[in-house]
Amino acid sequence: MSETSYPVANLCAYLEDSAARFSDRVAVVDPDGSSVTYGELNERANRVAGFLLGRGLQPGDRVGLVQPKGVTGVCAIFGILKARGAYVPVDYTAPPERIRSILDNCRVRAVFADRRCAAVVADIETVVMTGTPAGSDSESLPQGAFAWEKVLRSQPGGAERGSHHLDDLAYILYTSGSTGIPKGVTLTHRNAISFVEWCNSVFNANELDRFSSHAPFHFDLSILDIYLPMKQGSSLYLVSEEVGKNPQRMAAFIASNRLTVWYSTPSILSLLAEFGDLKKYDFSALRLVLFAGEVFPVKHLRSITRHWPAPVYFNLYGPTETNVCTYARIPTPIPDDRTQPYPIGWPCSHCEALVVDYDLKPVKPGEEGLLYIAGPSVFAGYWGRAEDTAALFFERDGRRWYNTGDVVKEAPADGFIYVGRRDRMVKRRGYRIELGDIESALYRHQKVSEAAVVAIPDADAGVKILAYVATIPDAQLSMVDLKIFCSKVLPAYMSPDAILFRDSLPRTSTDKVDYQKLKQESAARVESSKT
Amino acid sequence: MSDQGADQIKEEIRQYVLNEFLPGEKASNLGDDTPLRTSGIVDSVGLLRLIDFVEERYKIQVDAHEAGVENFDRIEDMAAFIQKKRQGA
Repeated sequence: MSETSYPVANLCAYLEDSAARFSDRVAVVDPDGSSVTYGELNERANRVAGFLLGRGLQPGDRVGLVQPKGVTGVCAIFGILKARGAYVPVDYTAPPERIRSILDNCRVRAVFADRRCAAVVADIETVVMTGTPAGSDSESLPQGAFAWEKVLRSQPGGAERGSHHLDDLAYILYTSGSTGIPKGVTLTHRNAISFVEWCNSVFNANELDRFSSHAPFHFDLSILDIYLPMKQGSSLYLVSEEVGKNPQRMAAFIASNRLTVWYSTPSILSLLAEFGDLKKYDFSALRLVLFAGEVFPVKHLRSITRHWPAPVYFNLYGPTETNVCTYARIPTPIPDDRTQPYPIGWPCSHCEALVVDYDLKPVKPGEEGLLYIAGPSVFAGYWGRAEDTAALFFERDGRRWYNTGDVVKEAPADGFIYVGRRDRMVKRRGYRIELGDIESALYRHQKVSEAAVVAIPDADAGVKILAYVATIPDAQLSMVDLKIFCSKVLPAYMSPDAILFRDSLPRTSTDKVDYQKLKQESAARVESSKT
Repeated sequence: MSDQGADQIKEEIRQYVLNEFLPGEKASNLGDDTPLRTSGIVDSVGLLRLIDFVEERYKIQVDAHEAGVENFDRIEDMAAFIQKKRQGA
C-alpha cells in the first residue's frame, strides 16, 4: 500500500471521522457496563487534549497511563494523541520500581494514574488521578494533582488540524526483552495506521461489529483492539483484568455482549476451552477469532474450534517492533491426528519478509533462517537505545530490514513455519534443539494442560533441559509416565533432564509463560543439586 | 544368594535411580519393569554413572558387552544380572 493512500493522517482521525458519521453509536463499553458514544468519546478526548495543551504539553512529549482498563483510558489515549503527545501505557499492577523505571526512562511530562498508584507518580510534572476516590470528595487528591473529573471540564482543544505528521511518535510499548530489562518500543502514527489499514482489508469489519479488548493497553494486541473498531465505528468492549483471567466470567461476557470479534493470546483461548463451561452459552454472534503472541498448542486450538465451530480463525504473528507482519487463516475443523502447530503464514500486504542465514544471505526456500521484516509498520527504534536499535537492522535495496530474532522456514503451500526463537535454541551433545519442539511434544500427552521448557547452562552437562508441566484437573501423571511418553515422541537427545509438576505455570502480565521466572527457578535448582 | 537379596538389590537400585535421575518422584511410580534406558530416564552418561554405582556397591565387573538394554533397561533385569555375576564370581 503506498503511503499516500492512507485515508487518515493520524490515529485520532479514526475517532474524529467515526464521530462525524456515527455520533450516537456506542464507541466503548467500560468493564462496569457504562458506555460512551462516538460523539461523547470525541468530546472528552478534545477536553483531555485542551487540558494537556493548557499544561504546556509539546509535540512528542510522553504521557504515562497507569490505570486499570476503562473508558477513561481510551479517552486519555485519544486526548494525548490529539495534543500531539505520545502515550506510554504501563501495567498498573507491576511493582512500583518497574512502573517508575519506565516513566523515568522516557521522561513522561504527564501521567494519568489510578489513585492506588498515586505514590509512584507523585512528583511527575502533571498528574491526573483517575478511578474511584478513596474519600468522598476531591480532598483525597495528592498535592498538585488534578482530578479526572476536572480534566473533563477543561476547554476542548487539540493540535491544529493538519499539524500532525505520520512520523510523529504515537505511543511507546515497553517489552521485557529476553534480558528482563524493559525496552521502550517507539511507534509512530504511520506504524499503527499501516497495520490498521491492513487489518481493515482482511477482516472486513463494519459498524455493527462488537470487538473484544482483552489484552492490556501496554500489550501490542491492543492496537488492533482500539483502532480497528474506531476506524469502522464498531463498538469496543473492554474486558477488565478480573474477568480476563476468569474463564467462566469471560465466556459469559463474550456471549451476553454478543461479541463478533475476539482477539487474545492462545493461553486465554486455551483457558476458555478448558474451563469456560462454553456449552452453557450461545456464541452465535462470534464471526472472527484472532490469536497472537505465542505458539498455539494444537490440542487446545482443536478444542476451542470444536466449541466454536462457526468463526473464522487467524494466527497473527509479529513482534511488538513490527506489529503483526505475517498471518495465516486456520482451516477448520482441525484434523484429529494433527500435532504440528500451524504456520505463521505469509507476510501481510504492507510488509515484506526476508529469510537469511547468519551471514545475511537469503536461504533457499524450505531452509531454516532468520526472519527479517521491512515495511511501514516497522518501529522507529528503542527509546534512548540507538545502538541496540542499530544492531537489529540492516539496509538492503533501499529498505530497512528488522531482525525478528525468530527462525522460520518457508513451505510452498503454507507460508512460513515458525521454528523458534533464536535464543530458545540450544545445543546438546552436538544436536541443535528447539525448546518449543519439546513443549509441543509434551502437549501431545492427553493429561498435560500446560508445558514450558527451559535450558540452563550446566558445567557438567553443557546444558540442562527442564520441563515444567501442569496437568488437567485430577489427572494422575508421574515423571516416569511422562519420561516414557517423551521417549516415544522425541529423540533421546531431546528428552528433558527433569520434569517438574506445577498447578499452573507462571504468566507475565501479557499472559505469556513467564520464562524469565522459570529460568531463575531452574538455575537455582540446578545450582543447589550440585551441593 | 537368596531371593531376599534380589529384593534388596532392587530397592537399592530404585533409590539410586530416584535420587539421581528422578528427584521428587514417588518410589511407587518406578516399577521393577519400568524401562530406564529406552525411556530416556537414564541417558548414556547416566548409564555410566549407574554402572559405576553397581560395580562399587555389588563388587562386580560389568563388561562393555554386558551394558546393553538386555541387562540395564529395567530394575528387575539389573538385579538378575547382578545376582548372576555374583554367583559366577
